[in-house]
Amino acid sequence: MDRIPILKMGAFLLVTIQVDMHDRLAMALQDDLSNKIVETGARGVLIDISSLEMVDSFIGRMIANIASVARVLDAETVVVGMRPAVAITLVELGLSLHGVRTALDVERGMELLETALADGPR
Amino acid sequence: MANGRLAQVLERHRAQLSSDWIREQTADGVLRDTRIDEAELRGQCDEFLALLVRATLEGGTNVSGPAFAPVRDMLERMARWRGERGFTPSQTALFVLSLKKPIFSRIRVDFEREPGALFQEIWRATELIDSLALLTTEAFQRGREAVIARQQAEMLELSTPVVKLWEGILALPLIGTLDSARTQTVMETLLQRVVETGSEIVIIDITGVPTVDTLVAQHLLKTVSAARLMGVECIISGVRPQIAQTIVHLGVALSDVITKANLADAFKLALSKRGMGIGARTGGV
Amino acid sequence: MVVVRRAALEIRREEDMVRVRRSVRQWADELGFGLVDQTKLVTAASELSRNALVHGGGGTVVFEALEDGPRRGLRLTFTDEGPGIPDVELALSDGYTTGSGLGFGLGGAKRLVNEFSIESRRGAGTRVVMTRWK
Repeated sequence: MDRIPILKMGAFLLVTIQVDMHDRLAMALQDDLSNKIVETGARGVLIDISSLEMVDSFIGRMIANIASVARVLDAETVVVGMRPAVAITLVELGLSLHGVRTALDVERGMELLETALADGPR
Repeated sequence: MANGRLAQVLERHRAQLSSDWIREQTADGVLRDTRIDEAELRGQCDEFLALLVRATLEGGTNVSGPAFAPVRDMLERMARWRGERGFTPSQTALFVLSLKKPIFSRIRVDFEREPGALFQEIWRATELIDSLALLTTEAFQRGREAVIARQQAEMLELSTPVVKLWEGILALPLIGTLDSARTQTVMETLLQRVVETGSEIVIIDITGVPTVDTLVAQHLLKTVSAARLMGVECIISGVRPQIAQTIVHLGVALSDVITKANLADAFKLALSKRGMGIGARTGGV
Repeated sequence: MVVVRRAALEIRREEDMVRVRRSVRQWADELGFGLVDQTKLVTAASELSRNALVHGGGGTVVFEALEDGPRRGLRLTFTDEGPGIPDVELALSDGYTTGSGLGFGLGGAKRLVNEFSIESRRGAGTRVVMTRWK
């Protein structure tokens, strides 16, 4: 089965979603990412969704879940690159992904993670 | 089949009908202006007659039937085309109506010896041409409505200017009220500009919004949430005391949104969030 | 109102959901819908295909391009032969979930289109018709 690749970048993990995701792929990503956080001791996760043309409630839930699980595993999650049309649709759908950090692009997402970790209690 | 006789008249005299018809229209002054030249008019007339002959042969005079679909399509296109060129509704309907006289003349010649049939076919032709003229007028109207709808959409876009105040800071001065259609346009324009400019802070100024009710507040909130999903922070400015009271009274969850009384305060806050500030120059003058 | 074009797709496997989303995008684009409207339609269709697949055990979607005077629209009809939805009112309310989603599926999809209706009978399947006008 296809898997979405997870890249390690310093203390962070980078996931770039480039395919039109079906549900099984989304579920697999959730598992793979939790394992990878533990395995690498990563402090932050960047999920780049700039290629995604659509986020429905299932994928939305997957993203929110990843962020919650990551937090339990002591890592911060930032979702980067959401397209305007996707953001407008998600809000209309009723999902505002409270509690998930967001940034315009990967670079700013990294900055956000770095500040969050520097300000953090550790 | 009695229906077939009118169709035969049209088919037999097609060439003659075409030239008579064009003469009728030029006599009525259509060609005296520059909106259509004779070649274009001839093209439209010949195309229409060819389609009409085929339609009447297959479908009699039932203009809403499937046989008439090509005729209806052509009238639709012609009516829109004329509408766009500034023809009046009556000038447009005249295209079809002026075909009446040439057809009547042909029927009169063909049925000279059968007064009963003559009357019947003239009646049939009248009904046919009148219904086609009605279709033309309706199509003309639809064309106009489409133009109005397009202009409305264009005005909607014009009414949402997004201004870049500083590197990374955009302002959206809202004027008038927010309904759901406008909210979508506002969000779209704003977020597109966010992407283009890479801005991280947006000031939505509602000084020009006369009243904020639950619906308007919800629309504002949607805009703020959509911007947040992209990683952009919003500040709402221009919140008058009365609006603040309304917001509290309505219990709208604007609490996690930063609000400021005026645009200047919002701008100052935005600058400080980006690590900049405004102050008097020391040791100046 | 006239149906200008009609087509149907089967929803039997997860990969079919991806196909439905792509087709909706293409139809909406061809009908002249803007990017946001396209995305709303695709998202609503994704919710309903999942619904047909997960709760209805598979079904079909019928695409119809509509013309009503100067208006153009896209109508999507999702049909399944599953167990049906016992309480449609409840299923449409936010937060309702049977396990896969945030509970915004049906109610959320309804907010993304202009017209939305559900017919469902216990044991006789579900039919959802939705239309978005340009």
